Amino acid sequence: METAFDAISFVLMTLGGLCVFIGGLGVLRMPELFTRMHAASVTDTGGLGLVVLGLALQAGWSLALVKLAAILVFLFATSPTSAYALANAALLSGHRPEGAERLDEAAERGS
Amino acid sequence: MIYLPVVLALLVTMGLALARALLGPSLYDRVLAMNLFGTKTVLFLAAVAFLSGRPDFLDLALAYALINFIGVMAVLQFFQSRELRRQYETPRGER
Repeated sequence: METAFDAISFVLMTLGGLCVFIGGLGVLRMPELFTRMHAASVTDTGGLGLVVLGLALQAGWSLALVKLAAILVFLFATSPTSAYALANAALLSGHRPEGAERLDEAAERGS
Repeated sequence: MIYLPVVLALLVTMGLALARALLGPSLYDRVLAMNLFGTKTVLFLAAVAFLSGRPDFLDLALAYALINFIGVMAVLQFFQSRELRRQYETPRGER
């Protein structure tokens, strides 16, 4: 039973580490701001969930499990909030996603 | 040593986020990179807590998550209001 839990949590944590690494690579390599935000969101959902789940299997029924659950709930609540605030601030300051100029022109012609 | 791959991946990702924060052409790229660095630090602290067998480190991870969120929101609020004030003060033709 102990080795089965170890194996499952190893697989979960390694997959989470892979998600996190892919997201970090995307943040470095993607061409512009909004695609980089898309890459960063991979680490905040897949990476975070898998890593914390793998650690929770190691924690067992203890206080550490409660703290891990608090970290999970808090980060799942705050990372969309900060992503929204970032995108909102960037849009207000005049950043546009690539290809959005055509949409703006079409909207102006339509109205 | 089942924690080694995840700890290595988190460390490498923190390095990639720092590279983006140093390179980032715009201000918002840097804010995004520092936000990513902060959340990866939280996960790294949680993994190190189990790696070293000291679950007390989870308190540090939780406190770091709170501070990181407040810091990012404060920085974004500051720059957003500065940008709006600048757009209000300059006449429309000059932008």
